Amino acid sequence: MTPEVAKFFATALTIAIGSIGPAIGIGMIGSKAVEALGRNPEAESAIRTTMILAIAFAEAVAIYALVVALIIKFV
Amino acid sequence: MEEQNKLHISIKAEKIFNLFGFDITNSFLLSLLVLSIFVFGAFIYYYQSKFKNKGSFYYFINFIIGSLYNLFYSVLKEKTDYFFPLLASFFLFILLQNWAGLLPGVGSILLKIKENEEIVKIPLFRANTADLNTTLALAIISVFLSQFFSIKYLGFRGYLEKFYRLKDPMSFFIGTLEIISEFSKIVSFSFRLFGNIFAGEVLLVIIAFLIPFFLSFPFLILELFVGFIQALVFTMLTAVFISVAVSKHH
Repeated sequence: MTPEVAKFFATALTIAIGSIGPAIGIGMIGSKAVEALGRNPEAESAIRTTMILAIAFAEAVAIYALVVALIIKFV
Repeated sequence: MEEQNKLHISIKAEKIFNLFGFDITNSFLLSLLVLSIFVFGAFIYYYQSKFKNKGSFYYFINFIIGSLYNLFYSVLKEKTDYFFPLLASFFLFILLQNWAGLLPGVGSILLKIKENEEIVKIPLFRANTADLNTTLALAIISVFLSQFFSIKYLGFRGYLEKFYRLKDPMSFFIGTLEIISEFSKIVSFSFRLFGNIFAGEVLLVIIAFLIPFFLSFPFLILELFVGFIQALVFTMLTAVFISVAVSKHH
């Protein structure tokens, strides 16, 4: 394996493995939010705000992986 | 690779010229532009507040500031008045910097710069929050101010008791972890904002490169949304950390 090929693999694997966790997390946040909405439809706006904030935190982990992948690729 | 594709992606802000020993980068230029608009808007708001017949601009800004106040009130309650100027300026500054990066011309106007005997093309403007220096500065301000307010509200003794308590030997271990987590907040704050905005820029470049027509538009709307959400996340987190820092440990 030449260093260049190793670099491509590293880039692809970083973002691929790094996005597994956030994907599961965002799915769980969405499903729980819908569940909460079903139980208590009046609290829709509060649930939506909290859900979007929680998703932004879970997504940030995927963004870290993306930044690392971009650093490997371009630096 | 980059030369073949003509894709220009740089993870750091690039130097445009040198002013009295300071490197003026492209992100700094856009930041100055946005900041001058921000200050100009603030002055217009201030002058209009003195008139009897106020313009629609005044009421628009009033509406935004009012909604922000209600948002922070839900976190900080009666302490909102003291922290509101800091939090609202964080929000408006980050929001404007994020959205300025989406304007046409940012990243697409290129300059030819001579660097080490070879001519390179670099963009004239770059979104300020897509520069790690800016987000790191914002994160350091946010974290250190929350420590400062903690000392101010609880006293130095009360501040230390948040980490180490003599009655509780276990706290010497947990307190050390707490101190490390305070520092890791700086990293997570800065990388969250930088990563989201920078990744958005890279996404827009790559989408425009794959399909030059129409497809950029929905992603542009997505980036508007992401810019807003990230500004909100940064300020809400700062508000929550401050509200935790100024409340007593029990």
